[in-house]
Amino acid sequence: MTEAKRDILGFLLFAAAVLIAPFFFADSYILNVLVFVGINTLLAVALNLLLGFAGQISLGHAAFFGLGAYISGVMTAAHSFDPWLAMLIAAVSTGVAAFIIGFPILKLKGHYLAMATLGFGIIVYIVFNETVDLTGGPSGLPGIPNLSLGEFSFDNDIKNFYLIWAFTLLAMRISLNLYRSRIGRALRAIHDSEVAARVAGVNVKNLKVQIFTMSAVISALAGSLYAHTMTFISPASFGFNFSVELVTMVIIGGLGSVYGSFMGAAILTLLPEFLRIFHDYDIIVYGLLLILIIMFMPGGLAGGFRTALERLSRSRKQGAD
Amino acid sequence: MKKSIFLCLFMLAVMMVLTAGPAVAAPPVKIGALFSVTGPASFLGEPERNTAQMVADDINRSGGINGRKVQLIVYDTQGDATKAVQAANRLIKDDKVSAIIGPSITGDTMAVIPVVEKAGIPLISCAAGIKITEPVKKWVFKTAQNDSLAVSRIYEYMQKNRINKVALLTVSDSFGSSGREQLVMQAKAFGIQIISNETYGPKDTDMTAQLTKIRGTGAQAIICWGTNPGPAVVARNTRQLGLKIPLFMSHGVSSRKFIELAGNAAEGISLPSGRVLVANLLPSSDRQKKNLLKYKRDYMKRFGTEGDHFGGHAWDAMMLLKTAIEKGGDSPAAIRSQLEGIRNFSGIGGIFSFSPQDHAGLTKDAFVLVQVKKKNWVLMK
Repeated sequence: MTEAKRDILGFLLFAAAVLIAPFFFADSYILNVLVFVGINTLLAVALNLLLGFAGQISLGHAAFFGLGAYISGVMTAAHSFDPWLAMLIAAVSTGVAAFIIGFPILKLKGHYLAMATLGFGIIVYIVFNETVDLTGGPSGLPGIPNLSLGEFSFDNDIKNFYLIWAFTLLAMRISLNLYRSRIGRALRAIHDSEVAARVAGVNVKNLKVQIFTMSAVISALAGSLYAHTMTFISPASFGFNFSVELVTMVIIGGLGSVYGSFMGAAILTLLPEFLRIFHDYDIIVYGLLLILIIMFMPGGLAGGFRTALERLSRSRKQGAD
Repeated sequence: MKKSIFLCLFMLAVMMVLTAGPAVAAPPVKIGALFSVTGPASFLGEPERNTAQMVADDINRSGGINGRKVQLIVYDTQGDATKAVQAANRLIKDDKVSAIIGPSITGDTMAVIPVVEKAGIPLISCAAGIKITEPVKKWVFKTAQNDSLAVSRIYEYMQKNRINKVALLTVSDSFGSSGREQLVMQAKAFGIQIISNETYGPKDTDMTAQLTKIRGTGAQAIICWGTNPGPAVVARNTRQLGLKIPLFMSHGVSSRKFIELAGNAAEGISLPSGRVLVANLLPSSDRQKKNLLKYKRDYMKRFGTEGDHFGGHAWDAMMLLKTAIEKGGDSPAAIRSQLEGIRNFSGIGGIFSFSPQDHAGLTKDAFVLVQVKKKNWVLMK
């Protein structure tokens, strides 16, 4: 089997597994959590483009997520725009904003880039918090309508699950294709060494801004979807903590791996639910697990998964000899 | 032979357990609770969780509600709207609770409202935001006093004492912005002019800049709206700058903790508070006094600290539910309609009277004005 075929087959299997998941959790709140796993996967996939592929850190990605959510929310709740139109405008304007700030910010490297994106995230958060007349301020913005197609409204968990996962699977497919394309190779070259990439003829500056913009647009889409699913948003969901959580998802999952982003998002979203049995100590167990994963699986869950598979097949081969 | 007798006895025992079990223990009444036990609003969530658990245990010890035990299921929202929604879904779909108390903060509550409204489960919020029950939502009630009532209390006092130029200093979180909205909105009705309107961040450690600005405006009083520790900093900065005008705070700091944090700078500060803070100073004719003293005593005995009015919100929510379930059983619809019919319920936060038009149930009598004198609270006339 060629690598490309294996890639397609793997993706189809993954998509099929996702699509039948709701049948196992039809009446459970787990379905509701899986909706958020979808949103978080979309965000992790977006950040992975930047952090995993191109090796550029962003500690402000919750801001793009929030911009998407707030532009959608304000336009539909306060000015009764069509939700799909609002979503489009949110994605485009967030993209434009990312493109404009991308040029100066992405000139920075390492810790300085982390600082700049951190600052951007905090500024956006403060704007959400302080412009009370526009965003409702810290007490939030209620009354955001659900998305709908004609008479069909996405107003319960199962409908939202398929809506959101449609977007998430699409973003994952695009990411997988990108990884194997010329641009993907150029991005990985930037990740390894910017100088070498430039010498090899890659337009480093433009490419970094482009991938930053793309990442922001996908995050904004996730934000719009979040706003229309929750029907309520408040600034606390888009703060610095969430930016860090996103970075954690990508790193725990495995830098550069699209399925890793899913694994990271799934673990970080689902784990707290299962750890509730530890009551007040759940946070300690949660932290410990994260430390253990990073210590023993430096390549993240995706890397650990791959190593385990390799070992398994090797030991089987040895057994056959 | 011996073996078969043993087997017979065993079978008999099993049958007894199987038949007698359900007859003795009726299924428990399931009540869900969402509190921000960790995170920035843990100062609300923790006493609320403690209180709710304490009330549930007390009810069970004295025979339950109509002979049925209460099972309280608490989830932590961490003050995060997404987590609150997930936990609410879990309470409704998996735990199948009859009613939910909490969340602790307005943001979480607003996020949970669409979920409970759709599922038809009564919610008694412990958050203060006025948006929770205005406009009235079919399934949503609340026990925390509206900010608007606290504001009226302060303004009433100012009007009586001819203070008509005030400066506002509010924290930029949901508590502060809701307070500011009410302060600005009600000012005109009391003939009060707001001549300075400053804000500070929840984590700021110095408010000298804002206070210096206020000093230049000729304000006759400062109203600071926030929760610990910000207002204690404001109190100390005011003292350091030598500002002599009276300083008013919100009910957000009406606990002993504030006096500890502000130290000497707390002297002379006035604020509206629930009666629980000054329970022992109340006249014996006060209808709430008995419950207040009992609550404080019980809380002290079990947790070793003083019960405050935040925990009181959970006490009220639990006892309101108990009253409703005693009268109409534990189906969500019955609880809802019973809650709406409760009048003159004497709780920790005040005397509650709900109606189809009012799901908050309190009047401005829920607040008394208190002042710090010699590191203690005294009632103001």
